[in-house]
Amino acid sequence: MLRYVIRRLLTAIPTLFLIVTISFFLIRVAPGGPFNQEKGLNPVIKANLEKSFGLDQPLWQQYTTYLGNLLRGDFGPSYNLPDFTVAELFRVGLPVSIQLGSMALLLALLLGSVMGIAAALYQNRAGDYAVVATATAGSTIPTFVIAPLFQLFFALTLKWFPVGGWGDGAFINKVGPVLTLMLPQLAIVARLMRGSMIESLHAHHIRTARALGLSDYAVVVRHALRGALLPIVSYAGPAAAALLTGSVIVETIFAIPGVGRYFIDAALNRDYTLVMGTVVVIAIFTIIFNLIVDILYAIVDPRVRYD
Amino acid sequence: MKHYTMKSLMAGAAILALTAGNAFADVVFNRGNSADPESLDPHKTSTVYEANILRDLFMGLMIHNAKAELEPGAAESYTVSEDGKVYTFKLRAGAKWSDGTPVTAQDFVFSWQRLVDPATAAEYAYLLSPVVNADAITKGEKKPAELGVKAIDDATFEVTLNSATPYFLEMLTHQSTYAVSKANVEKFGADFIKPGNLVSNGAYILAEFVPNDHIKAVKNPNFYDAANVKIDVVNYIPTEDRSTAMKRYEAGELDSNDDIPTEQLADLKAKFGDQVRLGPYLGTYYYVFKTDKAPWDNVKLRHAVSEAIDRDYLAEKVWQNTMIPAYSFVPPGIGGYEARPTEYAEKSQLDREDEAKKVLAELGYGPDKPLKMEIRYNTSENHKNTAVAIQEQLKPLGIEVSLINTDTKTHYGFLEQKGNYDIARAGWIADYKDPANFLDLCKTGTGNNYGVYSNADYDKLLAEAAAASAEQRMKLLSDAEAMGVARDLCVVPLLFYGFHTVVSPKLKGWEDNVMDVHPTRFLSKE
Repeated sequence: MLRYVIRRLLTAIPTLFLIVTISFFLIRVAPGGPFNQEKGLNPVIKANLEKSFGLDQPLWQQYTTYLGNLLRGDFGPSYNLPDFTVAELFRVGLPVSIQLGSMALLLALLLGSVMGIAAALYQNRAGDYAVVATATAGSTIPTFVIAPLFQLFFALTLKWFPVGGWGDGAFINKVGPVLTLMLPQLAIVARLMRGSMIESLHAHHIRTARALGLSDYAVVVRHALRGALLPIVSYAGPAAAALLTGSVIVETIFAIPGVGRYFIDAALNRDYTLVMGTVVVIAIFTIIFNLIVDILYAIVDPRVRYD
Repeated sequence: MKHYTMKSLMAGAAILALTAGNAFADVVFNRGNSADPESLDPHKTSTVYEANILRDLFMGLMIHNAKAELEPGAAESYTVSEDGKVYTFKLRAGAKWSDGTPVTAQDFVFSWQRLVDPATAAEYAYLLSPVVNADAITKGEKKPAELGVKAIDDATFEVTLNSATPYFLEMLTHQSTYAVSKANVEKFGADFIKPGNLVSNGAYILAEFVPNDHIKAVKNPNFYDAANVKIDVVNYIPTEDRSTAMKRYEAGELDSNDDIPTEQLADLKAKFGDQVRLGPYLGTYYYVFKTDKAPWDNVKLRHAVSEAIDRDYLAEKVWQNTMIPAYSFVPPGIGGYEARPTEYAEKSQLDREDEAKKVLAELGYGPDKPLKMEIRYNTSENHKNTAVAIQEQLKPLGIEVSLINTDTKTHYGFLEQKGNYDIARAGWIADYKDPANFLDLCKTGTGNNYGVYSNADYDKLLAEAAAASAEQRMKLLSDAEAMGVARDLCVVPLLFYGFHTVVSPKLKGWEDNVMDVHPTRFLSKE
C-alpha cells in the first residue's frame, strides 16, 4: 500500500507540470492583459508597469522564471492586488474556504447517508418520498437562490444570524454559508445512498444474513452499509476537492473572504499569477483527494488490492 | 488565519478596555466600499474605492472638505508666483506622522519623485505632468532627482510647473500626490503598506487588512485635528454583491454603502426614503465611433445616429434615474465652466428622429441599403441593457445594430489596440474637478482617445488653454468642446453618472457633492 501511495505521488509531479504549463500559456492567449481597464493607461506608464512585473520579457523566459520560482514555493505577486503575494492571499483565504467546505461536506455525508439509508429501508413509503422530494429540491434549487432566501428569512426577518461577513470566524457567521454549501451535496449524497442501499439490500449475502436471523441493525450497518458506501466514497473525493477550495457564489453572497472568488476574479482580471496559483491549488487538492478515494476503496471493498 | 494586526495598539486598546470598562465604547463606522483597494500605496492606486480609504489614512497638501470644497490640508498656506509657475507650500506647523516623527518637505520631495520614477510604475504618474521634467522622468529620459520640486527647509515645499496650471491645487487632493514617510518606506521597502508598518499623516491609522473581508483603521492620536475627529474606528467593508450589501445595511451591519442595486431603486426609495442619496457625479458614460473608419468618418452620419438615441429613455428606464441624459462631454458641476452641448440638446426626441431619418436618406441609406453598426460593450447587466435599448431605438430608422459583448479586459485591450470596430462603450470619471480632464481624451495621440479623433485646431485650443489665464482658459476649453464634441462628435456623450449611496440616519455630516467625497474625519455617528 505504501509503495502504491508513493508511486501515485510521484506520478502527480508530471501531471502538475503539465497542468501548470498548459494553463500558463492558455491564460496568455486570452485577449487584453492585467493592465487594461476603463481608465486606460498611457503607453509609457503601461510599459513601466509591465516591466515592473517582468511582463516585457519573452514569454518563454517568463515561463522558465515562473517555473523556477514555483519550485521554490514562490507563487509571485498578484498583479491586481500588488500589496499581497499570491501565497499571502491563499494563506488568508484558504483556511476560510477549508473550514466552510469541510463542515458542509461532513454534514452532507452524515445527514445524507442517514436520510438515504432511511429512505432505502422504507422504500416507497411516506418517509422515502419525503427524502426523495427533499433531495430533488436540494439539487435543483441553485445556491444563488437559497443563499438570499436564507439571508431574508433567518437574518433579516428572524434576526438569528448576520446577513454576511466572516466576523473573524464566529460560529454564527458560518451557519448560512455552510448550510447553503451543504444542501446540494446533501441531496446528492442522500440519493446516492438510497440507490446503492436498495441495491445492497437485495444482494445475496444480505439475504443470507437475514436468513441466519441477524438483527436488522446488524444486517444494515455491518453488512449492507459497507457495500453501499462505495458510490459515496467515489463521489466524496472530487466533491471534497471542489468544496474545500471554495465557492464563488456562496462567498460573494455571504461576503466571505475565501479563495473561491479568486478562480473567477483572477481570470477576469487577467491576474496571471493568481490564476496560476488557483490552478495549482485546485490541482493539488484534486490529486490528493483522488488518492484518498482510492485508498478508501481498498478499506471499504475487500476485493480491491493495490499490492 | 493570519491577521496583520497592530500589536501595540491592540494591547493599548485592551488596557484601555480593562481600565475604562465599557464606559467609553469606541464609535465604530462600518463603511461599505464597493471593492477592496488594489493597493494601499498611494502611489500605486488609481480607483475611487482606494481613494475613499486613503483619504482617511493620509492628507494631501490640499484636501476636500465635507462639501468637496478645496481647503489647505498638509499645507497650512501657499503662495503662487506671479507667472503662476512656482507654488510654495508652507507645511502645517507641528504636523506629525502617526509614529510621532515630523512631516517634512523632504517627505514630499521623496514622494513626488517616487511617483514619477519609472521603477515605481505608478498608474497616476501622469498626474504630475505639469511639474517640470515629470514626463521625461516617467519615460526614463531623466533622473527622478531632476523633478521640479524642492525642500527649501523642513517646512517649505516648492514646486515648479512647466506653465501656469489653474487646476494644480485641485489635483493635489488626488491620493497619488500624497506624501508617504521617507523613513518608513526606506525601513520596510515594499512591505511598508502592511498594517503595523504603515505610517500615515491622516486622521486614521491602518490597523488590519483581511482581503475580501475588511480593512480596519483607528483614530490617529498624532493627527493635528484629532480633537475634532469623532469616529474612533472605521471598517471599510468591500461590498461587491450589491444586494447582499443592501441587506447588510438593513440589518445594521453597514452604516453606509457607496452603491445600491439600482434595478431595485423604486422599492429601495419606498423603503428607505431619504437614506437613499442620488445626485450628479463628475463622470460621463459615452460611446465612441471609430472616426477614421468609413462610414463613421462622416460626421453627419455620426450625428444622425447620436440624435436618434433617446437618452431620456436610457436614463429613466435602463438606469432608473440614477444617471442623467448627457449632450456634452464635460458634466455639470465645475465652477466657471460653460459646457457646450450638441445643437439638438434642446429638441424633442421626435424632431431628432425626423432629422436623423432625413440625414440617413440623404446619405443614401434606406431599405435597400441598410446602415449596419456593431456596438461593442464590456460585461455588465446595465451596459447590456443600454446597448439593447439603443439597438431597439435605431431599428425604426433602418439601422441594423448588432451587439458584441466581451469582458472588461478584452474590451479595453481591444480599444487600446485601436481594433476594428464601429462604435464602443466607455466611461470617464474625473480625477479632479476640471474640464481638461475630459477634453484631453479627444487630443491627438492620447492613449484613451479610442475614436482616434485628430484635429489640429482642437489640439491648438487645448494648448492655448493650458497657457492662458484662468478665466480665458475656461472660455478656450469651452470652445474646444464646441468644436471637438458638439460639432465633430469625437465622443458620443450619453449619460452623466450619478452617485447613488445609502447613508444611515445615525451618520451625521454626510454632505452630498459632485465628487462623492466623504472624509470620515468630518462625520460623526450617534
